Amino acid sequence: MDVSNYVYLSALLFTIGAIGVVVRRNAIVIFMCVELMLNAANLAFVTFSRIHGNLSGQVASFFTMVVAACEVVVGLAIIVAIYRSRRSASVDDASLLKR
Amino acid sequence: MINFALEVGPTATPEAVMFWILAPIAVAAAAGMIFAKKAVHSALLLAWVMITLAIFYIAQDALFLGIVQIVVYTGAVMMLFLFILMLVGVDSSDSLVENIRGLRPASIVAAVGLGGLLVSLIGRATLGTDVVGLSAANSGGNVQGIAEELFTKYVWAFEVVSALLITAALGAMVLAHSSVIKSRTAQRDQSIARFRGASLANAAGLPSSGVFSRHNAVDVPALLPDGTPAPTSISKTLEARGDMLSSKPFELEEKEAEED
Repeated sequence: MDVSNYVYLSALLFTIGAIGVVVRRNAIVIFMCVELMLNAANLAFVTFSRIHGNLSGQVASFFTMVVAACEVVVGLAIIVAIYRSRRSASVDDASLLKR
Repeated sequence: MINFALEVGPTATPEAVMFWILAPIAVAAAAGMIFAKKAVHSALLLAWVMITLAIFYIAQDALFLGIVQIVVYTGAVMMLFLFILMLVGVDSSDSLVENIRGLRPASIVAAVGLGGLLVSLIGRATLGTDVVGLSAANSGGNVQGIAEELFTKYVWAFEVVSALLITAALGAMVLAHSSVIKSRTAQRDQSIARFRGASLANAAGLPSSGVFSRHNAVDVPALLPDGTPAPTSISKTLEARGDMLSSKPFELEEKEAEED
C-alpha cells in the first residue's frame, strides 16, 4: 500500500462532506458535514507531515481542531438561537428576506 | 504514461491491512451520515468516522493528534452535537422537499466533479520526495516534538488561537442567553391568584390525588367529600400521557348501587 492512499481517502471524505453540506436541510447535519470536511483536511495534514518528516503538519492539524471547536460552539449557539425564535432547525425556514 | 508521482513509498503490511479494513468502513459511515434520515444516526456515524480517523493518525506516528481526536472530537464536539440535537428535538425530521428545483442532482454532479478533480490532481501531483517518515522528528517523543514546534515557531498563532477560544466561549454565552420577559411566579403571587380568582373552591390548594383508604396512588383522582371525583387532583403530565386510572370503582354512588 502507498502512503498516498491516505490522501485519496481524505479527498473522498472531503467530497462526501461537501455533498452533505449542499444536500441536507437540517442545520445540525450540515454542521456535522462541515466537521467531516475539516477532519478530512486534518487527515491530509497528518499524511503530508509523515511524507515530509516534519511535525508542522501535525501542528496545523492541531490548530484546525481548535478552530473547529470554536466554530462548533458558536455555530450551535446560533442554531439554538434560531430554533428558539423559529421553532425549526431547517435552513429552508430561515427565509425571511425572500418574502 | 501518467506519472503517479505521489507514489511516495510503500508502507508496512500490517498498516496496509488496517487501512483496507478501516478506510471502506470510514467511507461507508460517512456516506451513511449524509443519507441517514435521523440526525442522531448521522451524529453516531460521524463519531465512528472520527474514531477511524484517530486510528489512522496513530498509525501515522501522530500519537498526540490521535488521542486529541478521540478526546476533543468524539468526546467533546460530538457530545455537544448530541446535546443540541436533544435540545432542538430529536424527532425534528429533515424535510425531503426540494425548495430549489434540481438542487440535489446538480449538487451530486458538482460533488462528483470535485471528487474527480481532487483525485486526479492527487494522482498527477509531483512531490518529488520519498516518504521521510516521522521517526527522526519523533525521536524525542511525539508530544515533545509538537510542543517544541508549538511554543517556538507557532507561539504567536497559539496565542491568537487562545484569544479565539475565549471569544468563541463568550459569543456562545451571548447567543444562547435568553432574557427573561416576565417575572417568575412566586409563592406569594400564586396565593394572591387563588384568592382573587373567580371561585374560592381551590383557595386552600388543589386536592391531592388518590382515594384514601382504598387506593392512594397518584394516578387515581381524589374523591371529594360528596363522593364525586376531582379531576384537578391528577398531575397534568399523567393526564396527557394517558396514565390515569378511572376513579369509578371507588366512588360512593357505585357502592350504594351495588348494595341496592
